[in-house]
Order: sequence, then C-alpha cells, then structure tokens
Amino acid sequence: MSKKVLVLGEAREGALRNVSYEAIAAAKQISSGGEVVSVLLGDSVGELATELGKYGADRVITVEHPHLKQYTSDGYGQALLAVIEQENPEAIVFGHTALGKDLSPKIASKLQIGLVSDVTSIEGEGDAAVYIRPIYSGKAFEKVKVKDGIEFITIRPNNIAPLAKDDSKSADVSSMSVDITNLRTIIKEVVRKSTEGVDLSEAKVVIAGGRGVKSEEGFAPLKELADVLGGAVGASRGACDADYCDYSLQIGQTGKVVTPDLYIAAGISGAIQHLAGMSNSKIIVAINKDPEANIFKVADYGIVGDLFEVIPMLTEEFKKLKVNA
Amino acid sequence: MNIYVLVKRTFDTEEKIVVSGGKIQEDGAEFIINPYDEYAIEEAIQVRDAQGGEVTVLTMGGEDAEKQLRTALAMGADKAVLINIEDDVEELDQFTAAHIISEYLKDKNADLILAGNVAIDGGSGQVGPRVAESLGINYVTTITNLEINGTTVTIKRDVEGDTEVLETSLPLLVTAQQGLNEPRYPSLPGIMKAKKKPLEEVELDDLDIDEDDVEAKTETIEIYLPPKKEAGKVLEGELADQVKELVHLLHSEAKVV
Ligand SMILES: Cc1cc2nc3c(=O)[nH]c(=O)nc-3n(C[C@H](O)[C@H](O)[C@H](O)COP(=O)(O)OP(=O)(O)OC[C@H]3O[C@@H](n4cnc5c(N)ncnc54)[C@H](O)[C@@H]3O)c2cc1C
Ligand SMILES: Cc1cc2nc3c(=O)[nH]c(=O)nc-3n(C[C@H](O)[C@H](O)[C@H](O)COP(=O)(O)OP(=O)(O)OC[C@H]3O[C@@H](n4cnc5c(N)ncnc54)[C@H](O)[C@@H]3O)c2cc1C
Repeated sequence: MSKKVLVLGEAREGALRNVSYEAIAAAKQISSGGEVVSVLLGDSVGELATELGKYGADRVITVEHPHLKQYTSDGYGQALLAVIEQENPEAIVFGHTALGKDLSPKIASKLQIGLVSDVTSIEGEGDAAVYIRPIYSGKAFEKVKVKDGIEFITIRPNNIAPLAKDDSKSADVSSMSVDITNLRTIIKEVVRKSTEGVDLSEAKVVIAGGRGVKSEEGFAPLKELADVLGGAVGASRGACDADYCDYSLQIGQTGKVVTPDLYIAAGISGAIQHLAGMSNSKIIVAINKDPEANIFKVADYGIVGDLFEVIPMLTEEFKKLKVNA
Repeated sequence: MNIYVLVKRTFDTEEKIVVSGGKIQEDGAEFIINPYDEYAIEEAIQVRDAQGGEVTVLTMGGEDAEKQLRTALAMGADKAVLINIEDDVEELDQFTAAHIISEYLKDKNADLILAGNVAIDGGSGQVGPRVAESLGINYVTTITNLEINGTTVTIKRDVEGDTEVLETSLPLLVTAQQGLNEPRYPSLPGIMKAKKKPLEEVELDDLDIDEDDVEAKTETIEIYLPPKKEAGKVLEGELADQVKELVHLLHSEAKVV
C-alpha cells in the first residue's frame, strides 16, 4: 500500500542541509508511490521551499513564525503537531541531527507511537519497509519493523543517497499559520564554533587528528591535506581535551557521526567511542606510529609512521595527482 | 530539591560482541552504568549538595540491575528504585520503557530529572525526552552546564559542537552530555554506606500498568554483526613508496579521490 509521508526539512544559516534531501529519498521509498510532503519551519523559509521539489518532494508546507527563528522543542513541536494533525501522514522522516534527535521523541510521545532512531538504510518499501540501525556503539546492527501506527524514523546523515536533482520538477508550496505560545525555553545565545568551509557531517573526505597531533599548530598539515582533497578536518576527543582544536571538530559517540567516502585518522588510537562516530566510513586510512594501535583493526589501509612526515608527503602526492588529472 | 536520575544498565560496548541465535550474547559480558548516566548521577549529587534535597536513582530492568543501582548509591545517591519488569514484559522498545518510567514518576513531584543523552547499547536517545513529554514537563538535551537559581535554570547545551545558552525553569528534565562534569568513583565508605541505603523494588502491578498498555510499537526482527572487514592492508617499504602506493590505491582501487 502506498503511504503519505511527511518529511522535516532542516535549514542552517539560510541554506537547506543535505539531510533534508536524503530524508525525501527515504520518504519516497517508504511511500511506495504515495505523496511526499516536506515541512519547513522557521521565521522566513519560503525561499528555500522550491529546492525541495527538485529533489522529489510532491508538496511543501511552510510554517513561518517569529518564535520559530530559533529551534526550541516547544515551538517546533507545536508547529509540527499542527501540520501532522492537518495532513494525517502514515509515515514521518526526520534527520538524526541535533534538532531531529531532540524533537522526534517529543512528537512520538505525544502521538503515542514508535520511533526508529538513527536509521542508516531501508530495505523494502511501503508496508514491507524494514529499518536498519547501528546498535552497541556501531558494533552490531538491528533490523526493525514498525508494528502498528505511524512509521516514524530519523535517518543518519550521509547514509541514504538523495535523489538526483531535477530542475524541471516543482512542488506545490503552501503556507500554514500556527499559533505558537508558551515557550518554556528561551535561547539566550548561540556560540558558533563550527568552522567555515565543508560541513563535517556531510563531507566526502575527512582528515581527523588525535592526541598524536601534539599541538594546535600540528593541525595545519591536516588542514592543508583536507583543502587539497576538498574535505573537512575532524578530531578525536583526545585532541579536543588537550585543547589542540575545538570540540566542534570532535568525532565519535559524544561528537559528530561521519560517514565520508574517505576517512584518514592521523595520530588516533581508535577507542570504541571514536569508532562509533566513523566506522561506517567507506574507506578508512590509519596513520599511526604504533603498529599495535587499535585503529589499524578497522582501517582498510594503514601506514605505520610519523604523521608529521606522512601527511605532508600525502599532500604533495595528491597535488601531483590533481595536476595530472 | 526532589531529584531523580534515570539510570540504565548497559552492556559494556568496549567488550567483544557476539551474536548467537539472533541475540547479543550476554553470558559473561560486562555490564556497567551507561557512561552518560554517570554524568547525570554526578550532576544530581552536586545539585543536591549545593541546594539540599534528595537524589533517587531509578532503573527499569531485571534483578541484575541492582548492582548498577548500588554503585550509584555508593557514588552518593540517597535512594534507589528498581522497576522490575523481568516477569511481565516480553517485548520492549523505547515507547514501553518511557511509558513505564513515566507511570512511576507521575505522582512523585520531581523538581529535576536527569538522564543520559543516549544509551551506548540501544542508542536511540529517546527515553529522556519521551519521559518529560509524558509528564508534561520541559526538557533540554545534551547539556554541558547546569546552574539553578531558585526555579530559574540556566543551561549550556552542545548542539553539534556549537554551544547554546538558554534559560528555563523547574520542573525540568535534562540529558547529560560528556563534558558536564567528572563523575566521581565510589569511595570505600561510600560502598559500605550504599549497602544500607533504601532500594525499593516495584513491579508493573504496583504501578497499575496493564501489559497491553505498554506493548512495544516497534519490533527487532534481526540482530547481526557487520560483515567482517577484510584485514586492512598495512603498507610496507620505504615511506615515500608507501605514500605513493596509498595514493594509487585510493585513486585507482578504492576510487574515493
Ligand atoms: C563516555 C565517553 C565518551 C567518549 N566519546 C568520545 C568521542 O565522541 N570521540 C572520541 O574520539 N573519543 C571519545 N571518548 C574518549 C576515548 O575513549 C579516547 O580516550 C579518545 O578517543 C582518545 O583520543 P586519541 O586517540 O586522540 O588519543 P590516544 O588514545 O592518546 O592516542 C594517540 C595516538 O597517537 C599516536 N601517535 C602519537 N604520536 C604520533 C605521531 N607523531 N605520528 C603518528 N601517530 C602518533 C599514538 O601511537 C596513539 O595511538 C569518550 C570516552 C568516554 C568515557
Ligand atoms: C526483550 C527485551 C528485553 C529488554 N530488557 C531490558 C532491560 O532489562 N533493561 C534495559 O535497560 N533495556 C532492556 N531492553 C532494551 C530496551 O528496549 C531499551 O533499553 C530501551 O528501550 C531504551 O532504549 P535505548 O537503549 O535506545 O535508550 P536511550 O533512549 O538511548 O537512553 C537514554 C537515557 O534514558 C534513560 N534510560 C533508558 N533506558 C532506561 C531504563 N531501562 N531504565 C532507566 N533509565 C533508562 C537513561 O538515562 C539513558 O541514558 C530490552 C529489550 C528487549 C527487546
């Protein structure tokens, strides 16, 4: 049976996050030919709506309100519940982002329904959809089915491919007005630490440094390599705790979960909490001077050596490759 | 202040994971307090020490979870509650867990409830916010700092590396992120005292919960280990040659650059 699926689009600094398009692709599969409706919440999001149609949304609903300028679970919860009540979807898809993680359990609890969090792939479509998600810090996987009620899932960014952009497609955009009252949380300030450039959780190449990088300056060669490859720089907890870099770069259970095509771990020992954030990467390269380091157990390729020698040499080789290409 | 901490007994994921008969093999495995719940317990103790009141640690699970509750008592919590579901619940998901925990808490008038932001085994991060919503109280997730002044609460929370500073009020549920504090180890006198602290055990009957009301909404149909990765290739030879080989492998074989 085909299903009507509601998808939450997510914008950051005036642009849609990739996961919004990935969620549409997931929704298409779950819908099995049914309607896919994207929802955008914010104080001014109308302009972003047309993009969603090009990636496969059949319809877009925007809810604009001054109280939606910043995310709060109360504000977004009220807006979304109003949309759900109007649309009566049979399935709902969010990104498993900070926002999605915070908001989805509230909605699920309110509707008294199940919620499958952090889905990395979907098998089957429509009523036969089965959701696959990592458990035990990524050491195992489970397949989950929704027994009854609305199928509600959150998807891990960078795992489900978006549909190819089709400029000839467009979605009907409508706006809905919702009364948003009684916010119990007031955001005083947001201290942005995320660096400019490529978004770590969406990067295709990640060069990550650990305690082995030894200082703030030690990250410079990693940054250079990342720039050559059009990638982003990440870090282990060890490097963050030692103040070599900001916590916004942290990858792992406590930090960001990344799934790039190429993950280069330099001076990282490979603790389970770190692996939980990167072990799903397509290709993992380990550079570590300790041949016994745990990171080599998950790496596809390894070089035993000093990262301060290896990384600059790699940068030079990749530069040559680019010139020859 | 009336403080509750939601504590989950979890599999120590640093251990080797074995799947047999479609289940994670638990025999002989190490079980611990979920690490993020340790931050929650520590914060609760600090708040109590500063403001007065009582810390109750609460877990839903089987008899075995008593061990983790005793550890929390040894850290400094005052009381413990085990909602024992062993004989009553066959299928369990986050809906079930949150529903049962909320039913216990609904008439306890908690001022502050702390939970972990995610369990390292189940990994959904749903239980905290679900409980808050059922109780009709506000929640804030992944917090790294908590200040309480009367009923006003100022919080720093981690949002994908950015820091959000916000203000809210009690009653409140928060979930702990790493960085909130450094959890203490139970001291020897703490361990001795913990043996005498009250540990209440309740079952679904005591909470007037019908098994059918908490029937899981989702169902795990299979658990499996990821396909074993072939042993990675550790390169050999002169460093310069290794680097050349690696670039070649990434470009021509893996085709990722
Ligand atoms: C609840 C909890 C949550 C956690 N969450 C996270 C998380 O999200 N992310 C995370 O990363 N960690 C996390 N941790 C911490 C984790 O357990 C490890 O402590 C941390 O990952 C170690 O960082 P590291 O590998 O950089 O440091 P180390 O373990 O100290 O490793 C440094 C490595 O660098 C190598 N090295 C040194 N010099 C060089 C050189 N010149 N060239 C090449 N190699 C060199 C060494 O051989 C060593 O292997 C968490 C821990 C807990 C308890
Ligand atoms: C047949 C069966 C039996 C199960 N038996 C148990 C069991 O005995 N004990 C168990 O913990 N899980 C049990 N589970 C797993 C259970 O479904 C999940 O633990 C539960 O749904 C929580 O989900 P999560 O792991 O995603 O936790 P998350 O939502 O990621 O947990 C976040 C936070 O919520 C709180 N929390 C979560 N679970 C509990 C809990 N049980 N008690 C107190 N606080 C909690 C903690 O503060 C935790 O840090 C069982 C599952 C099945 C299928």
